[in-house]
Amino acid sequence: MTKSERADNRKLDEIRPMKMKVGVIKRADGSAEVEFGDTKVVAAVYGPRQIHPRHQERPDRSVLRCRYNMLPFSVSDRKRPGYDRRSTELGKVITESLQPALFLEEFPKTAIDIDMEITQADAGTRAAAINAASLALAHAGIPMRDLVTSVAAGRANKKLLLDMTKEEEDAPDAIDLPMAMMPRTGKVTLLQMDGIVSPEDIEKIVDLAEIGCMKIYEAQKKALHEKYRS
Amino acid sequence: MIMTLKLTKEHILENILKGKRLDSRKLDEYREIKIETGVSKKAEGSAKVTIGETIVLAGVKMATATPYPDTPEEGVMTTSAEYLPMGAPEFESGPPREDEIILGRVVDRAIRESKCIDFKKLCIEPKEKVWMVFVDILVMNHDGNLFDACGLAAIAALKDAKMPTLTDDDTIDHENLKGSLPIKGTPITIAVKCYKGKYILDTNADEGEALTSQIIVGSNDDGTVSSLQKCGTEGITKKEIADMLKLAVDTSKKIRAKHFK
Amino acid sequence: MDNEVKKEIKVEKVKDRTSATTEIVVPGDIIKESMEILPGTGTFREGKNIISKVLGIAKTDGRVISVTPLNGVYSPQKWDYVIGEITSINFSNWSVDISGPYEATLPIAEVKGYIERDADLSKHYAIGELIFAKVVDVSKTKYITLTMKDMKARKISGGFVVELTPSKVPRLIGKAGSMITMIKQRTNCFLSVGQNGRVWLKGDHEDIACKAIKMLEEHSHTPGLTDKISEMLDKELKKGK
Repeated sequence: MTKSERADNRKLDEIRPMKMKVGVIKRADGSAEVEFGDTKVVAAVYGPRQIHPRHQERPDRSVLRCRYNMLPFSVSDRKRPGYDRRSTELGKVITESLQPALFLEEFPKTAIDIDMEITQADAGTRAAAINAASLALAHAGIPMRDLVTSVAAGRANKKLLLDMTKEEEDAPDAIDLPMAMMPRTGKVTLLQMDGIVSPEDIEKIVDLAEIGCMKIYEAQKKALHEKYRS
Repeated sequence: MIMTLKLTKEHILENILKGKRLDSRKLDEYREIKIETGVSKKAEGSAKVTIGETIVLAGVKMATATPYPDTPEEGVMTTSAEYLPMGAPEFESGPPREDEIILGRVVDRAIRESKCIDFKKLCIEPKEKVWMVFVDILVMNHDGNLFDACGLAAIAALKDAKMPTLTDDDTIDHENLKGSLPIKGTPITIAVKCYKGKYILDTNADEGEALTSQIIVGSNDDGTVSSLQKCGTEGITKKEIADMLKLAVDTSKKIRAKHFK
Repeated sequence: MDNEVKKEIKVEKVKDRTSATTEIVVPGDIIKESMEILPGTGTFREGKNIISKVLGIAKTDGRVISVTPLNGVYSPQKWDYVIGEITSINFSNWSVDISGPYEATLPIAEVKGYIERDADLSKHYAIGELIFAKVVDVSKTKYITLTMKDMKARKISGGFVVELTPSKVPRLIGKAGSMITMIKQRTNCFLSVGQNGRVWLKGDHEDIACKAIKMLEEHSHTPGLTDKISEMLDKELKKGK
């Protein structure tokens, strides 16, 4: 499982070069920029703050609202700005992947807003977005049970792979399984998959994703410490 | 939610009358301007502009389209600006608001009316097919002076852009880029704010909240002016307009010399 | 391979994070495995472990471990002094923005002196006016009540306000007020600090005092901060001459 069999010379269980930087958007309460190879995302958090529209208010907790958005020039063919079904779905699943980690009950009647902007897309954008959002939440000082860490694993050309590129995702037998987890408890908070695959292989892919998550967790912790290095 | 406390706004105005600013700058002094191009690999051209803490990203994408009937041999350009929700607490997602639309249109006009782009060269087949240039400008962090930042980002991204090629089956090959866009000159937009006979450049977010009257001037390499926009709810005298125009043109020359060699 | 990775992380986790005084912890970090020690603010218990819930600096004080957050919005506490701006005038109270997620209320009954029925409340506090007030109540549902019936409470006029992360307010005040006294004396400015992170200043070298607060915001977690700020003040004041 260590031989280089991938176009970019990576090992099968190797993540693309990662870059993480905390505190990139000054106006926001918390922010982070994350890169996985050619995938780049910026996430920023505002809140807890007063909630608008007021009918979304919950008397017993804060409401987490996530926006996932691709910039028009982040993909080859310009993406038209505005509403689309994919972004709406991703906003929702990302919200659910982060929510278990938060002590939302500490801030009744408020909103916590996360804006995730994909500035350059080359597969694995939702995983990169979750990693950035998790860093931004921590940076904003929002109480959390754990960081949330995410990566996609899958299959391409009959091989099980971690953190696939767009090129690998385009293989005829490609399986893409994005996953997020809370590393301390090992609980999975996001799981999606498409393609035809045996349940046994799914287990293997999930194991692979877990290895990836643990590596990313270390990188996230390092990025948070880096911000406050004297 | 309060953006800038009333007390702070009043203090900013009092200081401006004395020629002072809270961050010790002179009234016509800019914060550091940084222009970085080629920041997004998927774009035909891109630029990130920072002025102080303000961060703006612009990207150019190209597509093919049928030309407008009244200009059958000319390519098309659309420029739009958007406030990303991350840019400031008051920015919300949803359809663009007036301010965003005006920002995009003012920047668009400064570039378009300067005639710096040779739209005839963007024609592929008269009446049938032309290149369409999309310039998308995004405000990532708002600490004032968005007009200057967005104008700089747009022109820097356009100058950075390379033309995609058309394959034999008529699709666009975004990987295979060839040659620059047909651009000559560097139009620059400068916003000059005024308050009781004082002229202020490069206002930060708090100053922008306190000072509302301004003129945005698009000017060219030869000192000509190609677009003007007065914003704000107060009137401006003719003398003030003349002074502000001169200040804007002079400032644009300095920025051009420093950042667009 | 899978197990190897997990083992590595486990070893890392058990490390005692309270040994160094200024150790930075991130949410989810296990600070200590102990039933003897109590989880203080910024932490929670899960089984035997005391875990950090915020990004901050872990401290042990006797039997309690707590984490001071490096960031975060203002969470109002009873008896806090805050700087607020009047945002609206209602039938029998004023709404006050105290920054952070909750708006506060100043009832007529909490204002010095007698206010007649049907009086024009804007004559007392108008929209946009700034007050230095005391929090007298924080309800479970986060209704925040302010009072002006306090020695220190007053209306603020002139000068301007700089914002600081609320968790850094104690750092700005310093040990026995050392930091704030230094900034006040050297810049010859009046300074009032609200627990909500709003700092009001007015005086000779406002810009330099403002710079000192911004510097504290950036470097609050670093040692030798008082010296750094003192040095900066010297340099800036010399420049002005």
